[in-house]
This record gives sequence, structure tokens and C-alpha cells, in this order.
Amino acid sequence: MFDNILIYFVLIPLVMLAGVALSQNIKQIRAVAVTGSLALTALSVYLLVDYLKLRAAGETAAMLYTDSWQWFAPLNINLAVGVDGISIAMLILSSIILLTGSFASWTIMKPKAFFLWLILLSTGVFGFFISIDLFAMFMFYEVALIPMYLLIGVWGSGKKNYSAMKLTLMLMGGSAFLMLGLIGIYYNSGLNSWNIVEIAENGSIPHNWQMFLFPMTFVGFGVLGAMFPFHTWSPDGHASAPTAVSMLHAGVLMKLGGYGCFRVAIYLMPQAANELAWIFLILTGISVVYGAFSACVQTDLKYINAYSSVSHCGLVLFAILMLNTTAMTGAIMQMLSHGLMTALFFALIGMIYGRTHTRDVREMGGLMQIMPYLAVCYVIAGMASLGLPGLSGFVAEMTIFIGSFEQGMADYVGGHGSLRIVFTIIACCSIVITAVYILRVVGKLLLGPVHDDHHRQLTDATWWERTATATLIICVAAIGCFPNFFESLIKFTFSPDIFKVLGMIQ
Amino acid sequence: MDLNILCYLIPALIMFCCGVYGFITRKNMIAILISLELMLNAVDINFVVFNRFLFPGSMEGMFFTLFAIAIAAAETALAIAIIVNIFRAAKNIDVREITKMKF
Amino acid sequence: MDATIQILILAIPLFMFLFLGLLGKYLSHKLAGILGTTAMGIVTALAYYTAYLYFFSGDPHFQDGTQRLQYIVFNPVWLEFYGNLHINIGFLLDPISAMMLVVITTISFMVNLYSNAYMRDHHGVFEKGFQRYYAFLALFSFSMLGLVVATNIFQMYIFWELVGASSYLLIGFYYTSPAAVSASKKAFIVTRFADLGFLIGILVLSYYTGVFSFMDFTSAPVEGLADTFKISTDTAAAVLVNKFTASPVPMFMGCSVLTWALVLIFMGGMGKSAMLPLHIWLPDAMEGPTPVSALIHAATMVVAGVYLVARLFPLYLQETAALEIVTVVGALTAFYAAMVACAQVDIKRVLAFSTISQIAFMMVSLGVCRPEYHHGVGYMASMFHLFTHAMFKALLFLGAGALIHAVHSNNYTAMHGLRKYMPVTHWTFLIGCLAIAGIIPFSGFFSKDEILTACGEYSTLVYIWMSAVAALTAFYMFRLYFLIFWWKEHKVHDPHHAPHDQPWCMTLPLIFLALVSCVAGFIPFGDFVTFNGEEHTFDLDWTVAGISLTVALISIAVAAKMYMKENPLPDKMAAALPRLWDWCYHRFYWDELYMFITHRIIFGLVCKPIAWFDRHIIDGTMDAFAAITNKASCAIKGLQSGNVQTYVWVYLIGALLLGTVTYICLL
Repeated sequence: MFDNILIYFVLIPLVMLAGVALSQNIKQIRAVAVTGSLALTALSVYLLVDYLKLRAAGETAAMLYTDSWQWFAPLNINLAVGVDGISIAMLILSSIILLTGSFASWTIMKPKAFFLWLILLSTGVFGFFISIDLFAMFMFYEVALIPMYLLIGVWGSGKKNYSAMKLTLMLMGGSAFLMLGLIGIYYNSGLNSWNIVEIAENGSIPHNWQMFLFPMTFVGFGVLGAMFPFHTWSPDGHASAPTAVSMLHAGVLMKLGGYGCFRVAIYLMPQAANELAWIFLILTGISVVYGAFSACVQTDLKYINAYSSVSHCGLVLFAILMLNTTAMTGAIMQMLSHGLMTALFFALIGMIYGRTHTRDVREMGGLMQIMPYLAVCYVIAGMASLGLPGLSGFVAEMTIFIGSFEQGMADYVGGHGSLRIVFTIIACCSIVITAVYILRVVGKLLLGPVHDDHHRQLTDATWWERTATATLIICVAAIGCFPNFFESLIKFTFSPDIFKVLGMIQ
Repeated sequence: MDLNILCYLIPALIMFCCGVYGFITRKNMIAILISLELMLNAVDINFVVFNRFLFPGSMEGMFFTLFAIAIAAAETALAIAIIVNIFRAAKNIDVREITKMKF
Repeated sequence: MDATIQILILAIPLFMFLFLGLLGKYLSHKLAGILGTTAMGIVTALAYYTAYLYFFSGDPHFQDGTQRLQYIVFNPVWLEFYGNLHINIGFLLDPISAMMLVVITTISFMVNLYSNAYMRDHHGVFEKGFQRYYAFLALFSFSMLGLVVATNIFQMYIFWELVGASSYLLIGFYYTSPAAVSASKKAFIVTRFADLGFLIGILVLSYYTGVFSFMDFTSAPVEGLADTFKISTDTAAAVLVNKFTASPVPMFMGCSVLTWALVLIFMGGMGKSAMLPLHIWLPDAMEGPTPVSALIHAATMVVAGVYLVARLFPLYLQETAALEIVTVVGALTAFYAAMVACAQVDIKRVLAFSTISQIAFMMVSLGVCRPEYHHGVGYMASMFHLFTHAMFKALLFLGAGALIHAVHSNNYTAMHGLRKYMPVTHWTFLIGCLAIAGIIPFSGFFSKDEILTACGEYSTLVYIWMSAVAALTAFYMFRLYFLIFWWKEHKVHDPHHAPHDQPWCMTLPLIFLALVSCVAGFIPFGDFVTFNGEEHTFDLDWTVAGISLTVALISIAVAAKMYMKENPLPDKMAAALPRLWDWCYHRFYWDELYMFITHRIIFGLVCKPIAWFDRHIIDGTMDAFAAITNKASCAIKGLQSGNVQTYVWVYLIGALLLGTVTYICLL
């Protein structure tokens, strides 16, 4: 069991849990959290290198490092693991955000309990990304959701009870749909198997069942991916959550939604995806502009960012539904990019809030003069968000637009309606609206004269805050400057299996 | 005159109904207990009567009745003990008032 | 060919940006300035060398007889999409990119030098953020150079966005001033909106053609030489026929798809080049430091739109409908901006509107260019004017900077009669004004004359219209000149604080640019840049030249009459035409219109209702689910009262009902 590298992604967090539980003081807790997340980051980078080596050596299996351990024989439930380029990208993302999140919660209250729950949450996340067994996936998904309730309810701010309850209930509602969908897949694939790869290769879910199960799974994961109209947990939840939780939630958990939609809903039920895509294209297309427009008039920094996440994550689901390699590559890039950038945003908002004790943009101004480091980081995050070349957002958005436009025109020319092309152009408009709300915040919050003279005594970032933000900025810039490396990592994943899956459609 | 089975069952039924009525409407715990006893005894009568008329050769009904009477006596003793204790604690045995177990 | 020099041209500014941006605060102000200027000086030398090699070495990659070729120096893949669609980051050498390299590096170097003195206060103390300023200048130079040497349209778009961002950063350099902040925001958002059109245009073009590279649209490869291409309208025609006409959707809403693509791409150019109606950001952009205005908002970035059209010109020639749109937009903008420039008080705004008007000249010139008219004189004229305009407009802006630095105000009302105090500034400014007014032998005369010739070949109406604009140009420039340097004598209260010429690093660029403006007109531009790369000698059309010269002189005379000596004539004029004056002064209320659209319509009627809808309808529905569940459980929780008597009652009724039902059923 321990000869498979993937299992360590779950074991290390478990060891960290034990370490935190045994820690005597905050220093030990920090040490455990940072060492553990560094180990996870190192592990995921090692995995990446090893994976590329295997691929270069001509490995063509859909999933590598596969392994399976029996869990519950009567229902054929296994702990089956395996990764491809997409999962590896997500694992790297998660470990980096866990690392920076640990730095961002350096001075959290009640650190022991906080880190216990936080690490339990990331156990779920890592487990989710390495699983290829639907049941194990679902279980890890739930493991990731539940700690969120306590993390927001106990360490949050504002209407934290309401928000925590709302977030948990809405996501639980989503997972009810999801459970239904997964059980349906189990019984209808004709294999009595939970294994994604087996089901996908067999491709035997009957068409009428697909038409029922696809919306179930897509909506189930879509709730977590903040799909309109199931996104309303996001603004309240993020606004109330403590910094590291916002970071992990927006940075990683929302990606669980997109990843799940791709890995389960589309991967297993491509015909239904093709036939029902129009419904979800409309919903996600609305998400993209709707989130952006909503963000324009918010005054709470976290609300602005939460709505911007609705818009960006809407773009992820939108691109996935294009059912086209380029757009899907873009979707995965967008997940990576949005994860890093929004984590950076939430980290900075948390740091600013920790100093000014307000998140209302109307009550702040001229922070550039007071805390230049944080302000510059905020501008960089903003630039990444509005898609400045050289930072990650641009690459992801352009790949999505090119892919969507390709598919949209192909549909239009092929007489399959103009829905895709129309919504692609609508989605393109989001680049302007994004610029509006980002620059509005930057202008009000950071530039201009100092609004409140009490703020003049505030200090700039401490070393741990600098570490957290600098790490994220380096990652954002790395993706933005060398996109081809990341795109090829992801793209290789699509061949040959996804082509087979997509081939069934066209 | 020939005693029909109904001559026994109808009084037992009336008795049972009185018991039910009392159980539902009375608010005094002692009265409720008495109603309960009425119902129990009506059922005992039924046991005996059915045994006598339907299975004259066997005695299980009779024994079961005796058993039930014994249990009922024990149960009544227990119930009265509880009621007395509640009365000591709450100075009241009205069921509408006794709504919390925590005193 | 060794690409080291070309790599360095891009790498040095990028490195300086990162270096000064990250480590600038550990350097002294002076050192940062010297480093930035030196680096730019090196880049300038390298760019001159590259341009020299390109134009004069006669290398077979660059020149085939009289035909100038396009050569890709390096072109690595940056990002792959599908098929042949991949973004490369490369370096293309061809006549216009080599010319732009010279223009950008020259102006950038001058501005770097000038800023060493300009970015200090009166006592020679450096301004806060001096290092940051140099870092941003380096970023801008990097992006602009990357833009002009782009080998494919997506690389252009990437650097297009980057110049937009560096322009945002530089306009907002004085970030504590709310005006600068809102100006920078406006500049970014307006150009972003235009870039949306550009992006969609790229998407259309790339979908149909399956490539991004300019070479695939506009040029044919030269046999026997790798990476060398020849501009060819046949390729563009083949693109049109093979990819667009033959596609299942050749038309869209009455226009061909290629026209749509080109018009959308031109929309990006309209944003960057401040064409009507997307011009509103440029006058506000004057909130930035003046050298920045000279570099970005006069000489280089704002001509990117012209450069874009010039770059895709063979494609535009295939769809003359798109070129007609370019002409109309350009002509309207030129006239509008010239009108407005006559009524502005802020000298930088006058120069800004004059820039808009002059760029519109270049656009019109491209719009009226046809190969059959005088060997495509319009294209050459446009590029020529771009070159000369960059020099004299940078000169004017830097001169304005010297004036502003001397009197601490942007308005001419604070200046008047400065000619005796600031002789160098005065003479160089005068040369700039003569050049822009089109007086022989200054550079503007030659380039404007070629433009008017091209207009005349195309249509008399355009010719007359543009001549009128040229007359207005001469008028408002000399209005400005007389109001600054003449009008009335300057009263000096304290001789120590009298306005005076600035230190050498500010006057040297002025003198250099003035010299260039004097001689640049004599460059035989047709030998270097033509629409198809063929060298061609264009002769001056003396009829056109004579007319335009006369018109310009009359305009200058009128301006002199009105503004040379203090007199009530200007006020009388304004009073005689109150409506016109008001509209010109308020720039035809475009800003108010945009304010109305953005604040009232976009914010008030779109964003706010959506946010309300989200909070109250969508979120309300979700909350309602929770509330209904809550209410329902409240409603039924009474059933479990704990009262055994109630339970019995319910049980009894249930039992009786069950009994009855069973009985009836058995019956």
C-alpha cells in the first residue's frame, strides 16, 4: 500500500493532524503546518516531474499511478487512486494554497483546533483529487465540506452563523443530488463498479439514464462551482470566513466543483452532456456576466471578490461545456489561475482587514501610502484577475475564448444553432466589466488620498505575510509567462481518452 | 335464562370505554391511573369470558388474567409511588402542569 | 542571422523594469535615473544599429533589389491552441517595424533623459517614487517595442494590453491625486472596451484563417531564404477567397465576415489611437507626468492603432468597406479634435486634442490609400507623418513640460509673454508649432502635404475637409504659441523666482528634437516605407503644397492678429458664437454623455438591479427554502407534545378508523 506515491497525499495530512494534536504551543503548530504543507508541495512537484518523465517515456494510459484497495466488498467500493495531468495540476494548486494559507493564519485565535479542522479539510481535498473511485471521491468531498461549517462558524466574522449554515446546507443540498447521481451511475453502468476509468472506457450508461444522471451530477458539483443560480452561498460564506478558509475555499474547494463536473459529469456521460449542454451553457454564461456586474456595485471587499469568483468559476464551467479540447484546457488553466489569484486576493483582503478592521471600500482609501507592499500585491492580483498578459488570468481566458469561439463557430456553421457563439461573445464582454470593478476597487481602496487618518499608523506586511503573497504571485507570474508548459501538461491528459469520449459525440 | 357471551362483553366494553374516556379527559394523575385500571380490568374480563366460551377445556386465559392482575398491581404501586414523588416535588399532580422532567 | 541584438532590445527594458521595480527602493534616486537612462540609451543604440542594418546593409534577407522584405529574427512558440493556431513571441523586421524601433527608442531615450530633471521639485529634490517612475518607463518601452516587432496578431494583442497597463500605471503615477486616479482608470477601461472589439476581431480572423501570423495574412515567403517574406496583396486576396469567401458563412448582417473582423480590429485601434467616439480618455490622460504624455500619449502608444491598420494593410485593401470606415472615423475625429483644441485653456489638453487630430490624419491617410492612386502614397504618407509627428509632438510636449515646470500651472493664463525668460524653450516650441502647422521646410510640411495629396487623389471632399483641418491646426497651435509666449508681458515679482530655462538634460532633448523636426522632412521616405515594400520616389505635388502652405500662413496670420497682443478680439469671438464656443470648450459634451451612460445606465440600470436581484430574488429564494422548512417544522412540532393523553386520543381515533375501514372492506 505504501509503495504508491499518491497515498502519501492523504497520509501526510493525517500525520499533520496527529502532529497538531500533539503540539504544545503555537510555534509547534506552525512548524507542523508549514513543514507538512511544504512536504506536500514537494511531493506534488516531484509527482509532476515523475509524471512528465513517464509521459515522455511513452506512457499512454489515461491515469497513471493507479492502485486500488478494497474497502467494502459487497458494494464493490474500493479506494482507487490514480492521477492525470489535471489532477496533478490541482494537487500542486492545493498544496501551494495550503502552504500559503498556513502562513496567512499565522496569528489565528485557538490555533490548535483551527489547524486541526483546516488540515482535515485539506485531507478531503487531496483525497478527492487522487481518487478515481466515485464513492471514495464522494466521501472525501464530504470530508472537505463539513470542517468548513465549523471553521466559518467559530473563526468567522460578521453573520458567521448564518453564513456557515447557509454554505453548508446549500453544499449539502448539492451533494444530495450528487449522491443520487453517483448511485445512479453505479447501478446503470452495467459494471457494478465505482471506478471512473472503467466506466468511462465501457461507456455503457444507457442514454435515458444519462439524461437524468448528467443534470444530477452536474448540478451537484455545480453548486460548489458557484453556478448561477446556486451561487449565493459564495458571497456570504466568503465574507464571513477567516482568511485561510476563504483562500482554501475559493482557491481549492470551488475547483472541486469544476473538476467534478469535468471528471464525473462530462467524462462519464458525454452524450447527455452534449444534448443538455445548452441549459447549462445559458446558466454558466449568465454566471460570467452576472457575477461581474454584481461585483461592480459591492462595497465589501470580500463580496466583490466572491462575485468575481462567481464570474471566473462560471467561465470554468462554461468552457467545460464547450466539449472541445482547447476550451477544456482553458478551463483547467482557469481553475489553476483563479485558484492562485483568488487565494492571493483573499489573503490580501484578510491582511488589510486585520489592520483596518473594516472591509468596506468606502471607509478606506490611500492604502498605497500606508502599506505599499500589500497595496502593490493587491494591484498585481487585480491585474491577474482582469487578464493582463504575463499573469495567469490572460492565458486561461484567451485559451477559453479561442476554444469556445472555435466550437461556437463550428456549431453555427454546422447548423447546430448559434447559442455557443452568442454566449462566447457575451462571455468575452466580461473582460471589460472585470476591468471596471477591479480598477474601481484599486482606485478607491489603494490610490487617492488617505481616507481615515487613524490608518496612518498601520504597518506594512510582516515576513510571514510577505512569504504567503510572494509565493502566490510567483506562481501566478510563472503560469502567465510560461503557459505552454502548463498547457502541455494538461493537454496531454486529453489525449487519447478524451478524444475517444468526445469522438462519441461528433 | 341463557347467558349469552354478549352479556359479558358489553359491560366489559362499556367499562373499557369509560376507562379510555377517563384516561383522555382527566387531568388528575390518580384519576388517570384509575382509568387505566378500568381498561385493564375490562380486558381481563374479556380474557376470562373468551376462555370460558370459546375454549372451555383450557385454562390459559384464566392464568393470563391472574398474571395481568399481578402485573397491574405492581404497576399501580410503582405509578402511585411516582405520583407521590411528583406531588412532593411539585405540590401538584395535574398533568397539564407537569411538563418538564427537570425539577 | 544572429539574434542577440534583437533579443537585447526587448530584454534590457524588461530587465530594467524588474530590476528597478523590485530593487529600486534600495538605490538612490539619482542612480536609478542614470541606470534607466543608460539602459534606454543602449537600447536606442541597438535599435539604430538594427534599423541601419535593415535599411542599408543590403542583406538578402532584408532587401531584394528595390523590394524590402520582412524577416523574422526569432519566433519561439509561447502558447499552443489547436492546429496551426499558436501564439509566438517573435521579432519581425520590416520597414515599418524598423522605423518604429527608431521612433520609440529615440523618444523614449529623450524622455528618460528629460525626466531626470523634470521629476524633481523646484529645489532639485527628487519626487517620491522616482525609481518606480523609471521602472514603469522601462516597462512601457518593453511593451511598445514588443508591440511593433510582433510577428503575429496575438503577440500584438498581448503587448497591446501591456502598453495599456503601463499607460495606466504612468497616468496614475501621482496616485494621491484623485484626478490622476480617475484618469488612469478611464484610460484603461475605455481602451479595454475597444480591446474587446479587437479580441473578437482576432477570434473571427483566426477562426477563419486558422493562423495568427501576419505573414500568413499579408505576405508570401521568399524562396530559398528561411523566415523571409515579401509583402503581397495576392496572399491577402488568397486569404479572402480561400478562407472567407469559401467558408459556409461568408456574410454576416449584410457585410462580409472579413469586413466585420477588420472593423472590429480597427475598433481596438480606435481605442488606443483615441478616435471618435473612444477618444475621451486621452485628454484626461494628461494628468500623468508631462514626459509620459510626450512618450505615450503623443509619440508612441497612441499611434499603435495606425500601426495596426498599417500592419494589416494588405487585408484592409481586400475589403475597402473597412477602409472607408477608417477614413470616415478619421476625418470626423480630425475635425472634431481640431475644433475642440481651439477652445482649451490647459496647454496639455490643447496638445492632446492636437494629437488626436494628427493621428486622425494618419488614419485618413491609410483609409484613402489605394495602390492605384499614385503608387499608394497614402500609406507612405501616413507612416511618414507618424514619424515626423512623433518627433515634433514629443518636442511640443517636452516644451510644455518645461513651461509647466517653470510656472507650476498647466494653464496658459499663468504663462503669457514667456519668450524672454525661456529662450530655448521658446525657439524649440516655435519650431514644433511651425512643423505641425506645415510650414516649409519643417518636417510636418512634407508629411502633411503627402497626406493631402493622397486625400486629393481619393476624393475632393476629403481633400477639402482635411485641408480645413490643417488650417485649424495651424490656427490653434499658433493661438497656443502666442498665448504662451506673447499676449502680454510677464510680470516678475521676484527675480529669483522668475521662470527660466531648465537644466541641460531638459533642454538637450528639446534641441535634439527641434533639429530632427527641421531636417526630417527631407528624408526620402518612399525609399524606406511603402505599402508593398517596393522603393518608390514620391515627388512633392507643388500645387497641393502651395495651397496648404497658403492656408497655413493665413491661419497663422489670423492667430497672430487675435493673440499676439492683448486685445478683446478673442472674447468678442467667443461672445459672437456662444453656442459653438461652449460646445468646443466642453469638448462637445462627450464626457458628460459617457458619464451618463456609465453611471446612470450601466451602474444604475444594470449593475444595481442585478445586485439587488441577486440579494433579494436569488438569495431570497434560497432563504425562502430555509424559511419554509423552518416554518413547516414549527407547524408540525406541536404534534409531538409529550402529552400521552393526546397520543391516546389520536391513537384511538386512528384505531377506530382503521377498524371501520377494515370492517367495511371485509363486508
